[in-house]
Amino acid sequence: MKKFIFIIIFFILSSNVFSANEELKNKIYKNIRCIVCQGQSIYESNSDFAIDLKKLISKKLDNGENEKQIYEFLISRYGEWIVFNPGLNLNSLALWLLPLLIFMIGGFLIFRLNNKEKK
Amino acid sequence: MKNKYKIIILGITIVIIFILFLRVLNSNKTYQPNQMIGKKIPEFILEDLLNKNTKLDSNILSGKDFAILNIWASWCIPCRIEHPFLMDLKDKNQINIIGLNYKDESVNAKNFLKKYGNPYSLIGIDKKGEVAIQLGAYGVPETYVLKRGKIIFKHIGPLNEDAVNKILELKK
Repeated sequence: MKKFIFIIIFFILSSNVFSANEELKNKIYKNIRCIVCQGQSIYESNSDFAIDLKKLISKKLDNGENEKQIYEFLISRYGEWIVFNPGLNLNSLALWLLPLLIFMIGGFLIFRLNNKEKK
Repeated sequence: MKNKYKIIILGITIVIIFILFLRVLNSNKTYQPNQMIGKKIPEFILEDLLNKNTKLDSNILSGKDFAILNIWASWCIPCRIEHPFLMDLKDKNQINIIGLNYKDESVNAKNFLKKYGNPYSLIGIDKKGEVAIQLGAYGVPETYVLKRGKIIFKHIGPLNEDAVNKILELKK
């Protein structure tokens, strides 16, 4: 009976680890652009390039590398273009800050108009 | 007077936003083939296609003054188009060409070389295409020009006259 319970617990735990690993893999695949495809991630693509990258990412994860290390590796080889979610740098600064800036200007204008109407 | 300032500030803001968007629009949004330029060739050791006792070690490439690394495969049609250029580079210009046989069957690769000639001094077998990814390649053919193990030029697609001239210029 003890053996049986132990086996069940082992299977539950290992399946949880497996699904967490799969989730991480899919998350990375979805954020990596298939450079030889049209606007697809490697998750969606079955091109040779995408299949090779998926295998390499899977191998790197199995070797204990983390998500950040994998992105850094791919960016060093293929440039920032390979990731769908680029980091904050000089080129993407406008992309990150403009919505915030426009939101603040909009808020300021509404605030001022509101104040004027009250007066 | 106040309105005048407002219009000026609004104008400047629009111009700044316009410049920012223009900058992003003009930035390179395609694959950047120059990502590996100036970098040292990644480390790898591969089995040689023609001699099982020989290994293609990236450290050997680091020791060479000038060399070309060409990614090719027997199933790749553009590789057949560029092959005469590689033969010329080897025969007429005595350039050391190293091959990276990409996801190929060894028998087919050997037959290819028998039929079209062998311009390579060493040929590493990259069965899984992992070394090609290490190099930042995305297909075949691709050619890297190396100076003391550093990548100084990269050509994507089959070699043509312009690319060959560029290689010869770099060799000078």
